[in-house]
Amino acid sequence: MSALILTLLLPLVGALLLAFVTSVRWAGWLNLGIAVLTLTTALWLGWEVAEHEVIAGLHFRVDAFNVYLVVLTAFVGLTTAIFSRPYMRHVCANARVTPAGMRIYHSMYQTFMLTMLVALTTDNLGVLWVAVEGATLATVLLVSLYRTPEAVEAAWKYFILCGVGIALALFGTVLTYFAAQQVLADPTEGLTWSVLHAHAAALDPTVMRIAFVFLLVGYGTKVGLVPMHQWLPDAHSEGPTPMSAVLSGLLLNVALYAVVRLKMLVDGSLAATDTPHLAGALLMGFGLISFLVAGLFLHRQRDIKRMFSYSSIEHMGLMTFAFGLGGPLATFGALLHMLVHSLTKSAIFVTVGHAAHIAGTQSIDRIRGLIRTQPAVGWSLLLGVVAIAGFPPFGVFASEFLLLTATIQTQPWLSAALLGGLAVACAGLFRHVQPMVYGTPPEGQQPVEANMLPVMVHLGLVLWLGLAIPALLAGWLDRATGLIAGSHLL
Amino acid sequence: MSLAQLPLLEQFLLLQAALVLFLSFGLLSQTRLLAAIHAFAWQGALIAAVTLTVAIAGHSHHLYFSALLTLVLKAMLIPWMLHRLVRRLALERHTETLSHPALVSMVAVALVIFSYWVVVPIVAEELTFTRNIVAVSLAVVLIGLLMLVARQQAVAQVLGFMSMENGLFLAAVSATAGMPLVVELGVAFDVLVAMVLFGVFFFQIRDSIDSLDVDRLNRLTETEEETA
Repeated sequence: MSALILTLLLPLVGALLLAFVTSVRWAGWLNLGIAVLTLTTALWLGWEVAEHEVIAGLHFRVDAFNVYLVVLTAFVGLTTAIFSRPYMRHVCANARVTPAGMRIYHSMYQTFMLTMLVALTTDNLGVLWVAVEGATLATVLLVSLYRTPEAVEAAWKYFILCGVGIALALFGTVLTYFAAQQVLADPTEGLTWSVLHAHAAALDPTVMRIAFVFLLVGYGTKVGLVPMHQWLPDAHSEGPTPMSAVLSGLLLNVALYAVVRLKMLVDGSLAATDTPHLAGALLMGFGLISFLVAGLFLHRQRDIKRMFSYSSIEHMGLMTFAFGLGGPLATFGALLHMLVHSLTKSAIFVTVGHAAHIAGTQSIDRIRGLIRTQPAVGWSLLLGVVAIAGFPPFGVFASEFLLLTATIQTQPWLSAALLGGLAVACAGLFRHVQPMVYGTPPEGQQPVEANMLPVMVHLGLVLWLGLAIPALLAGWLDRATGLIAGSHLL
Repeated sequence: MSLAQLPLLEQFLLLQAALVLFLSFGLLSQTRLLAAIHAFAWQGALIAAVTLTVAIAGHSHHLYFSALLTLVLKAMLIPWMLHRLVRRLALERHTETLSHPALVSMVAVALVIFSYWVVVPIVAEELTFTRNIVAVSLAVVLIGLLMLVARQQAVAQVLGFMSMENGLFLAAVSATAGMPLVVELGVAFDVLVAMVLFGVFFFQIRDSIDSLDVDRLNRLTETEEETA
């Protein structure tokens, strides 16, 4: 329990402290230090969960499903902080952000980490909602950090769309609470997920059905499901790059996590009705549409960060589809995909940040010849894209292969759509990336100071996961699969 | 069971809820900003009154607190902040012409009918009251959403956003006798922070496009032109 409390307390203290640190230099280091400590306590928490299966109390509950996401969140938080320190100093030195803006940036970075960790570990659906909404509030000022008209527009769109989406999710939460009050002896426990899960079969299926539609649209907005995805490319392309890395790597995962937790409740409630797989079917539909539409949109992008944010939508769609498919194989694949996508995508955004600094623009047409100007950045971008497009031997291949196998087993005719979508997305990525990496660099293009350590660590891990999944992690994922799908895979 | 057979308390609550819905329509078609803010404040006060009614009927202590919280937050603090922002942005005399006022009202009516249609499946006899109140709150939420779509002025959009929250509070308090206190405080905190951030954004938007007409925020589109 103390590990959990520390994991949540550290970012809170960090957020408060960093609001008062005026020196950009020190703020960067302090941000990094807190991220290191958070990862340490998150690992400690993981070890405790491995020993005790479940840690619960004080409205919090950590089991196999969320513990690996907690560790992942803390890990990506740390590597992004490593990247963010010199990157944001560079940005600040170019006078794109004021020192006051830097204070907001660092403080909100930690606040964002706090909301992510609270959303993952809480056992209370209301607190989950508050945390996910808090994540919007923490990041919205960061999206407009550069104060360009585009950035302000992106931030306003992000604020309004996510605010509306999340309001609908609250309506769904209220309906769930209403359904719970009809069956629970102690109505005040009506938002506690573990209690609801235990009584899921008794919840009124009609109310839960309506509630799930609202919850899916609400949290689905945050996942970036088409057609509620409009905010995502804007927010990713206009905000500072470390923010794009954590938004893509963490926020989308956490929103999907919320959807899956709620699906578990609805599945329990609808099991005895004539539409037992309604929630799964909805997820499959939304997921597949997002996957296909985002794959097509990849082709017509002009902004490098925008392009990779569409790639995020595509992968989130794939995971949503897989969770909707259900069954141990698809669920295991989706959990693994959450992990490898998060690692790969944040590595790509870090690389893209450096690439944009080299070229002095985010426009794909004007980024050229990275591999000649700065081989480390060029190779990282190339390998990152190879990994995210699902080529072996990287981990994304492993998870996509599992998902495809599961699809062929249960819904064979959908595997054609899946394969087609993967091919379209792969082509979309490479037609843009190839000239950026190999083209002729413009006159006078200079390498920049870049710390490629986070990228190498992330890609190394993704490679490792593609070759062999460590037994500890496989055990975690398998137990999570057991929780979600009802039966184990391994 | 017809509405007249419900206990007086529930009829009274339904009356208040109906007034909340009525104010939503008022907000939607009110073109003067200050008048719209006042309508919003009255809506907040009505939600607080609903909460108080439920609290008195159920002798529930934490609802007294949440009635107070709603009154302070929704009927006083947020309207006051909006008022101040409008004055600082010199928008007191701002009026906005809706492009299709009749159409927007008709859509709002359709949304109310849609809300009732959504909750029809909750058929259990003893739930007549709940069904009505859930439908009314859903309608308030959806009309808030419509306001976000129909209005181009940033302050009016924020009013729409906040009236969506009002609808949610109404649902929470009347259908379920209030959310747990932790959640209620968290939601109230989020709403307050959102309001502060909206204030910051009004100035950022004005600095970037010289107006608060968010329709002019149209640089980011999918059909990329790349004029540079």
